[in-house]
Amino acid sequence: MSLPMEQGILLAAILFCIGLIGLLTRRNVLFMLMSAEVMLNAAGLVFVVDGSVWGQADGQVMFIFILTMAAAEVCVGLALIIQLFKKFKSVDTDRASAMRG
Amino acid sequence: MNILFYIAAFAAVISTVKVIIGKNAVHALLYLIVSLLSVSVIFFILGAPFVAALEVIIYAGAIMVLFVFVIMMLNLSGDGVKKESELLMPTMWIGPSLVSMILLAEMVYMLTHQAVVPMGIKEVPPGAVGELMFSKYLLVVELAAFLLTAGIIGAYHLGEKEMRIHNRYLMDEKQDL
Repeated sequence: MSLPMEQGILLAAILFCIGLIGLLTRRNVLFMLMSAEVMLNAAGLVFVVDGSVWGQADGQVMFIFILTMAAAEVCVGLALIIQLFKKFKSVDTDRASAMRG
Repeated sequence: MNILFYIAAFAAVISTVKVIIGKNAVHALLYLIVSLLSVSVIFFILGAPFVAALEVIIYAGAIMVLFVFVIMMLNLSGDGVKKESELLMPTMWIGPSLVSMILLAEMVYMLTHQAVVPMGIKEVPPGAVGELMFSKYLLVVELAAFLLTAGIIGAYHLGEKEMRIHNRYLMDEKQDL
C-alpha cells in the first residue's frame, strides 16, 4: 500500500506554518533565520513529494537549487547577524529598528 | 512503510515546534538538526535517496555547523534567555499563530477534499538527477554558481573587520579613539 500524496504535502504545509509562526513571533535574529530555514526546507519537501508522484527527477533537481539558495542565504544572513551584534551588542531586532546609517 | 512515514513526520513536527519555542539558541539548533534528519528519512521513504543524503550532508552537516560557529562567536550570555522568555508572552504570539493556523486549516481542507494520488512508487536514482541537472537545467546550475559566489563575496565583505588608521594625519573626525 502506497502513501497518498496529500499527506506529504500536508506535512510540508504544517512545517511551513510552524516556520512562519516562528518568523513572525520571535525577535531574536538567530531564531528568525532558523525559522526561515525551516520554511525553505518545507518548500523543498513539496518539490520532492511532487517529483516522487510523477517518478521524475525534476523535483529533486529543484530541491538541490533550494539547498544552494539556503546555503547562500545563511552565509550572508549570519554575516549580517555578526555585524548587528557588533553594533548593538544584542541579537534583538527591535534594537535595529531605526536606520542610522 | 506507511508507519515509518508517520513516525518520521511526527518527529519532524515535534522537533520543529521545539525549535521555535526554545529559549536557548544552541538547544533550538540541535532540535533543528533533528527536524532536518527526520525530513531526510521522509525523502528516503519517498524514493529520493540522493536528496536525502544531500539533506544530511549539506543542511544538517554544513549549514548547521555554520550556525553553531556563529553562536559560539557571539558568546550570548545568560540574561538573553530571561529576555527571550519575556518576549514569549501569549499576547505576543497568539495573533500571528491564529492567522497562520487559519491558512493551514484552509490548506488541510483543500488537500482532504480531492482525489487521492499515490506517491513514492518508483525510486528516482541519483544518476537520473545528475543527468537532468547537467542537461536540461545546465543554465540554472550556472546561475546557482553565480549565487554562491555572490554569497561568499557578500559574507566576506560583511564579516570584514573595520580598518583602523593609526596615523593621526590620515584620521578623519568620525573615527573615535
